[in-house]
Amino acid sequence: MEFAELIKTPRVDNVVLHRPFYPAVEGTLCLTGHHLILSSRQDNTEELWLLHSNIDSIEKRFVGSLGTIIIKCKDLRIIQLDIPGMEECLNIASSIEALSTLDSITLMYPFFYRPMFEVVEDGWHTFLPEREFELFSSVTNEWRLSYVNKDFTVCPSYPPIVTVPSCIDDEALRKVATFRHGGRFPVLSYYHKKNGMVMIRSSQPLTGTNGRRCKEDEKLINATLRAGKRGYVIDTRSLNVAQQARAKGGGFEQEAHYPQWRRIHKSIERYHILQESLIKLVEACNDQSHNMDRWLSKLEASNWLTHIKEILTTACLAAQCIDREGASVLIHGTEGTDSTLQVTSLAQIILEPRCRTIRGFEALIEREWLQAGHPFQQRCAQSAYSNSKQKWEAPVFFLFLDCVWQILRQFPCSFEFNEHFLILLFEHSYASQFGTFLGNNESERCKLKLQQKTMSLWSWVNRPSELSKFINPLFEANSLVIWPSVAPQSLQLWEGVFLRWNRSSKYLDEAYEEMTNIIEYNKELQAKVNTLRRQLAELETEDGMQESP
Amino acid sequence: MGKAWAAVIRTVLGLGRPWDAVENVRLMDRMSSKKPALGTLYLTASHVIFVENVPETRKETWILHSEISSIEKQATTAGGCPLLIRCKNFQVLHLVVPQERDCQDVYISLLRLARPVKYEELFCFSFNPKLDKEEREQGWTLVDLREEYKRMGTPNSYWHLSDVNRDYRVCDSYPTDVYVPRSATAHIIVGSSKFRSRRRFPALCYYCKDTNASICRSSQPLSGFSARCLEDEQMLQAIRRANPGSDFMYVVDTRPKLNAMANRAAGKGYENEDNYANIKFQFIGIENIHVMRSSLQKMLEVCELRSPSMSDFLWGLENSGWLKHIKAILDAGVFIAKAVAEEGTSVLVHCSDGWDRTAQVCSVASLLLDPHYRTLKGFMVLIEKDWISFGHKFHHRYGHLDGDPKEISPVIDQFLECVWQLTEQFPCAFEFNERFLVHIQHHIYSCQFGTFLCNSQKERRELRIQERTHSLWAHLWKNRADYLNPLFRADHSQARGTLRPPTSPCNFTYKFWSGMYNRFEKGMQPRQSVTDYLMAVKEETQQLEEELQVLEERLEKIHKIPLSDTPGNREPGAPQSKCPGLSASTPSVGNPAADSGGQPKSSPSRSPSQGDDDSALILTQENLKSSDPDLSANSDQESGVEDLSCRSPSGGECLPSEDSGKDPDPDEAVFLTA
Repeated sequence: MEFAELIKTPRVDNVVLHRPFYPAVEGTLCLTGHHLILSSRQDNTEELWLLHSNIDSIEKRFVGSLGTIIIKCKDLRIIQLDIPGMEECLNIASSIEALSTLDSITLMYPFFYRPMFEVVEDGWHTFLPEREFELFSSVTNEWRLSYVNKDFTVCPSYPPIVTVPSCIDDEALRKVATFRHGGRFPVLSYYHKKNGMVMIRSSQPLTGTNGRRCKEDEKLINATLRAGKRGYVIDTRSLNVAQQARAKGGGFEQEAHYPQWRRIHKSIERYHILQESLIKLVEACNDQSHNMDRWLSKLEASNWLTHIKEILTTACLAAQCIDREGASVLIHGTEGTDSTLQVTSLAQIILEPRCRTIRGFEALIEREWLQAGHPFQQRCAQSAYSNSKQKWEAPVFFLFLDCVWQILRQFPCSFEFNEHFLILLFEHSYASQFGTFLGNNESERCKLKLQQKTMSLWSWVNRPSELSKFINPLFEANSLVIWPSVAPQSLQLWEGVFLRWNRSSKYLDEAYEEMTNIIEYNKELQAKVNTLRRQLAELETEDGMQESP
Repeated sequence: MGKAWAAVIRTVLGLGRPWDAVENVRLMDRMSSKKPALGTLYLTASHVIFVENVPETRKETWILHSEISSIEKQATTAGGCPLLIRCKNFQVLHLVVPQERDCQDVYISLLRLARPVKYEELFCFSFNPKLDKEEREQGWTLVDLREEYKRMGTPNSYWHLSDVNRDYRVCDSYPTDVYVPRSATAHIIVGSSKFRSRRRFPALCYYCKDTNASICRSSQPLSGFSARCLEDEQMLQAIRRANPGSDFMYVVDTRPKLNAMANRAAGKGYENEDNYANIKFQFIGIENIHVMRSSLQKMLEVCELRSPSMSDFLWGLENSGWLKHIKAILDAGVFIAKAVAEEGTSVLVHCSDGWDRTAQVCSVASLLLDPHYRTLKGFMVLIEKDWISFGHKFHHRYGHLDGDPKEISPVIDQFLECVWQLTEQFPCAFEFNERFLVHIQHHIYSCQFGTFLCNSQKERRELRIQERTHSLWAHLWKNRADYLNPLFRADHSQARGTLRPPTSPCNFTYKFWSGMYNRFEKGMQPRQSVTDYLMAVKEETQQLEEELQVLEERLEKIHKIPLSDTPGNREPGAPQSKCPGLSASTPSVGNPAADSGGQPKSSPSRSPSQGDDDSALILTQENLKSSDPDLSANSDQESGVEDLSCRSPSGGECLPSEDSGKDPDPDEAVFLTA
């Protein structure tokens, strides 16, 4: 298919662009296969380059022959284009609509994007499972890498390489896979070096109504326990939901068959409930009516912060089991691709200082989200302005980022990255020139040949010039476990994302700059003083040597 | 404060009654199911003190009697008799006394001790920080209002200091020094005062040099349905004329219109635009002290909820209306600041008596207008001027002595919160930090200093407060290093000119102030303080600057001498011995290669997370300890975190926690099995 077919009017003059915080700009609107571009004749006015894939929804309005298109973006921004001429306006609108909802992944921009920067380090090879495994394989031989899924036949949503107990062979894994939803057999998520406890994750066991069991599954799970120790199964569904799942062939680990495990049910919401929550929250934030005294109840009604609280609480619980109880933990919900990953990744941020560095956080996302098979393509197809209401759309990863922001706010000196880094990931998970968040799992990514055909986000972001924007000046390595508070008083709306286009952040940006300057100046002085000291020390030893004979 | 302190007090005060020390009292953690602390409860003439039994730490919690807002004795259970002490600084102490009889004794005693009836019973009359007389007296001169009016640019050709209220002859709740338009004769002032509630006539509150516009304040006019007063009309005219650049002035009534209209039936009311030449009249709609009192009450109930859900909290906060009230006050301040700075129009502000809402609104407007009030010193001056001198009824509003509970209302608390909300919106605009506001709030209720005593200047003079007590301002000023905002720079754009908070729909910019209302629940606060971190960096920077200078001087010296060392060049008698054989150093002059490797300087520790090997430490707590001893007594509250899964394992615990992994807290097991 040619993009040209979809572009009915490639170019319109005298279009006026309205966007938050900028004066209106008049210029020429151009449509390309992947971008909406508005450039004005004035030289110094910034142009607008908008990825079609960033467009969440559009609305048309007409006053006489003047048409207006309101474009709502997945990054929550709303822009308005005034287009003279009804036909042009209709053409533009329908073209944008078509171009922003291409159903073939291979037509997406990442397949066409040609980087303008030199790739120093290829992000596709930065975080290899083997290397992640090496980080703890020196202290334990209880775990091994398995290639049982190398052709994605055992579990289509798992990566080719997974970490499993050494004593469990591939044959057993194949059997266990048939007993778990979508073949997602229990694999290692995190090894807590401090006490050797582990976090493993999977999908629900397929016990069904008649209590089916699987010896290999029991053996695999028990292999993660120390002799005489108990473990915890954290089911991210309420007991009720988990019980209902049995009717559809799913279920949970029954005490009788897993006597060494204690099961805890939490209830993290999923799918459309989360999507609706996001829609309501953004609606409340965008409410421009002057009577806004019900702001807090609108915030409450969106339930967004309730979801944040529930996810964080569950992650804290998992971390607590591992670090404070000295117990291993198995985490799953239904598919093990959403709430499960929120919990395992946040627990690691709480427990593992490395996950709070930039590299470590990228590795975490690679490991616990991309490799672990979070279906980004489905979940991030639409954002807060979507009208499609598809069951598979949900801001699961977005909620995870918000939770990280909450912890960052409570421990402002313990993260190597700043809020902008989280916002960057939010944006790129919904629309990007990079291939990183394309596809729903490794199997799909392989078929799409993303590594060969697209650029990795990490290749771009890890260059020093880019990375410097995302460094938290307050960072001081903190080797401790950080326990966030989940009291309602401690959780806040993530203004940097939700109010980003509704209020000026000028004064807050100035404060950030001031803070950076204070620290930079300190470092500068430190370097100067060190240099002078060294000079002086050298001089004085020379003196000493001269003097001594 | 030493461990023996409590015992000393007991003996000194001769409190020989059996209840003055109750042993085996448990201090419960309100927010989590953490194990209670066992200890001894002491009652002294001025404090309730709880000393924990743990021998190494003997952690102490001190509470001034005047801080107590309510005491509640609950039904005895098997574990003992629970006693709830709620404080005006939002601390809540939940004690369990083993014997019902002891509990009753403590309860009865506290009921009496927490409600002093005479000024002399207040702590400020016995508080002795060991300053000599001279220092104490100097403390009271730190804030000088005449100096402040001079700074504003008065007296000038339009305004002067009037002696009309000498000996409080016209208005007993006003200060003796009152600034009024030069054209307002004593006759006009007295006439106007007779037409105003409690004779609080219009007087200058803030003068803007740049525009000549002013903010004046008064009480409501006694206009009823039709009454007029020529002198009052002349008074307003005089104020308007003192600003020749504008042909009208605003009269802002900060009450809701309905309230103001109701007042007319009682012979009070508001200005009729037809009777006053060239005024624009405006209602603002801030609720009265009773609404505010119950609003705070509702909000505190939400803060006290045990493990509330997000919905409980947000609903409760919304229903309390607290943030809406805060916004109303700030909006009023913004309106006035805009009139003065942008329109160059003078404003007269009043409410009913002109000592609550008027004080709030005038001080917020001044703070927005004048960067001086956003400095540490300026902020003290602002409170002294708009609140203390103009007769805000501290004694009644904050219940210093036993009195009418209907008079109590968090009026200045709301002002402090408005300031905090502004500091959140303009992080570089204020010289002081959050702690400064929190400590001022604490001392408004503590009665440890004489600054906020009584209802008016007249009462304070009669009580000879300045001779008998200490000034809070001097105390805060002495410890000012603790109260600085590291992001403040006098030459920063936010620190200059008028602040313009957004007025468009922006309710979301008003946030719950957990640093105030939940400040004793350390676990709820951010665990690392950016303010303290940056202050430590700045302190280190200063040391580095000093060291750099010393090093440069030394290097210079070293380099200089070799230069002058060339034969024949040296002055006779040069101190050769001090710099022996320096010629060898010449090659390294300006040698940039020297910057490779080398020892990093060991800097003053500013790690945000030190100490406990298991979790991040709470920085602020450490700093509070050193900053304000009277507060640190209370700062050792255990961290209260919403529920078990999230609580800080360290939050104030002093036990080393290496073994905590192996020895799980029984509470956790309870939670896990639940």
